Amino acid sequence: MKLLKSFLYLVSLPAILVLLWWISTIVNPNFYVPTPAELVGTFVDTWFSDRFWRDVLPSIGRLFLGVIGSIVFGVVFGILIGSFRTLRRLLEPLLEFFRAIPPPVMLPLLMIVMGVNWRMQVFVIIFGSVWPVLLNTVEGVRATDEVQRETSRSYRLTRTDRLRYLILPAAAPQIMAGVRQSLSIALILMVISELWYTSSGLGFTIVQFQRNFAIPEMWSGILLLGLIGLGLAVIFRYAERYILRWYHGLREVQRES
Amino acid sequence: MSLDTTPTASSPVLVVEGLRKVYPAPTPGGEAVEAIRDLTFTIEQGQLVCIVGPSGAGKTTLLKCIAGLLPPTGGKLELEGKRISGPPRTMAVVFQEYGRSLFPWMSVQANVELPLKSAGLSKAERHTRSTEALEAVGLADAGSKYPWQLSGGMQQRVAIARAVAYRPQILLMDEPFAAVDAQTRADLEDLVRKLWKELGVTVLFVTHDIDESVYLGQRVIVLSNRPTVVQDDVTIDLPDERDQLTTRSDARFTELRHHIYAEIQRAKGNTGDTNDASQRRAV
Amino acid sequence: MTAVINTLSEVRRLRRTSRGGGAMLGVVGVAGFLALWEIASRTGLVDARFVPAASDVLVRFGQYVIDRAFWRDVGDTMLSWAVGLLIAAVAGIVLGFLIGSSRFLERFTHSTIEFLRPVPSVALIPLAVLLFGTKMQSSLLLIVYAAFWQILLQVIYGAKDVDPVADSTARSYGLSRLQRVRHVVWPTALPYLMTGLRLAAAVALILAITAEMLIGAPGLGKQIALTRESGDTLSMYALILAAGLIGVVINLVARFVERRVLAWHTSVRMELAG
Repeated sequence: MKLLKSFLYLVSLPAILVLLWWISTIVNPNFYVPTPAELVGTFVDTWFSDRFWRDVLPSIGRLFLGVIGSIVFGVVFGILIGSFRTLRRLLEPLLEFFRAIPPPVMLPLLMIVMGVNWRMQVFVIIFGSVWPVLLNTVEGVRATDEVQRETSRSYRLTRTDRLRYLILPAAAPQIMAGVRQSLSIALILMVISELWYTSSGLGFTIVQFQRNFAIPEMWSGILLLGLIGLGLAVIFRYAERYILRWYHGLREVQRES
Repeated sequence: MSLDTTPTASSPVLVVEGLRKVYPAPTPGGEAVEAIRDLTFTIEQGQLVCIVGPSGAGKTTLLKCIAGLLPPTGGKLELEGKRISGPPRTMAVVFQEYGRSLFPWMSVQANVELPLKSAGLSKAERHTRSTEALEAVGLADAGSKYPWQLSGGMQQRVAIARAVAYRPQILLMDEPFAAVDAQTRADLEDLVRKLWKELGVTVLFVTHDIDESVYLGQRVIVLSNRPTVVQDDVTIDLPDERDQLTTRSDARFTELRHHIYAEIQRAKGNTGDTNDASQRRAV
Repeated sequence: MTAVINTLSEVRRLRRTSRGGGAMLGVVGVAGFLALWEIASRTGLVDARFVPAASDVLVRFGQYVIDRAFWRDVGDTMLSWAVGLLIAAVAGIVLGFLIGSSRFLERFTHSTIEFLRPVPSVALIPLAVLLFGTKMQSSLLLIVYAAFWQILLQVIYGAKDVDPVADSTARSYGLSRLQRVRHVVWPTALPYLMTGLRLAAAVALILAITAEMLIGAPGLGKQIALTRESGDTLSMYALILAAGLIGVVINLVARFVERRVLAWHTSVRMELAG
């Protein structure tokens, strides 16, 4: 019974919306709005072709590289900056500035400096999405519990052990919050990085569709982007649940008390 | 690296002489806070000494200085003849906030083993010691649980197990049972005495609970109010075998308790400026 | 839950960065960076065609600052930013409170929200171009879409976070739904709302400039795209500097407002509790 209820909650609203959509295309056929059936058909035709290998996979590959890069740089530099007060104070205004630059704005600059290739595209993704991870890591490292710090000092934990067993795990909830934010930014930047001077990639393809007024194809592209975003969110949720299972347990206990 | 050290026979294990701690002014133009003015006492190997005093008397400051976590402003602090300039290798601390001292992302056993891991012990040795320690505190089957799955009293036992597994020469305990309910506190007090006798370790036990200090200690050092000096140093001549029921209803227990209570009342009004005693008053 | 982490850490950060000594070091940091940049460019360490010297960029920036056309572009950007943010805020707050205060609605909409929310706003660019061409409305579409989610989610978190004890107390006193929203839900949700507004403000700026760059809607972004096309690297750097500074200002203002509102808010909550 409970399973049925969950299932209903899951599909009711989407089903209603799809129904409304379908009805509106019958009642008021619009060039700009394909019917649901059309969309699904187009989706399969468009993307499950050689486009998959030429455009979809490379784009996702760059996205993947960018995400990994932003996590690695963000955490490493975040730990460094968070651990040394002077360094942090020195860099704080600079970091605030660079983080406030709308990432797409860096694109023309990077195109000039690095040329138009996949490295530049990955770099754009990293440059834009590293900030939430970096800043959250800094905060997480700074907020390490004082009593835990004293405990590790009194037991003379080595520096590496302190990093591995105290600082990183303690900052993990904060870092994961940052990673989640950076995922959405990374996806946006992946698309943007493919809108100029490139000849392949998801973003490029979708814009081509729009320019050629291939409307159902265009929508299918938007749908694909949404699915990729959704996929990322799901993967993240599972990763977070695994990495932070201690944290969820702890909060559960705290909530009950 | 071996954690076992043989104690020197007759010299005191801990020497505190003229200890002074001043906290600098928090804001420019503010006042510096003299937390400890002059503390002088020694602790012999294998003693169980309690430290009591009114709130704000600098008990925790004293403990942190001895633990090497806080540098003293003046005076002499020596552990086994060597000056304390950082957390000593042969010392373990049990903090009051057990919930924040154990690492919630590690299991109980992993928590107990962590200091040993950092000290370079082998996996087998760590496992043996941690299992022994957990058994000694009565938590033999809690090893794979997480600290937050345990009650407060059990968490504090884990912290004690962690200290025991480390095999220190001297064990510092900073009001460890203040945040625990009365029934659990009684059990933990007995646990401390049991471990102390079995391991022959020196214990310095800070508390604000007078009954606890008399029940546990061989000696009770009473601190004055801020700026702190030693108000009194009372020898507890109760029998060695102590028991929550009989010892606490012993006439001598009540006398000692009364005496210390009176000292603390005096201490509340006394500071290092007005105190007329570093007296050792026999009762 | 992660939303709470962000609020708490931001509040901590607010408190900690407002100390005087740190400011000096910060200035040193900026100065050091500029000096390094200047040296690297002048000595040819980096190609001066791609990376003009810091001093040149600053001069060009100064020229922009006294140019009225520049401020007109900035105004266009800020206009679409503000309007988009406002629309997103109204929609987000209304829907957020509605959904967040009803268990049924929250579960009903959960799957839809989780599906729509990760859709990157840039995916809507082709749609925006189709519908509005290069007019400001196309920027607005993107801005509203992106900012709306930030606000909606935070408000839902906030409304969900209501203390069940307080809520049932209010209900037992016979408070209507509207009254409950005002006296119980709103104070709880306010910090979350402020976080949402701050995040939305930053996102709205990013989308505004992005839309202008990619679609050609009027504003700073469009100027940046033009400088790239004409190969005027120096101006491009100066405009990027301007964009960054605007972002910093918006962040500072948002945090300031957040701090003020939360300070007032905690004092109000203490009154309510007492």
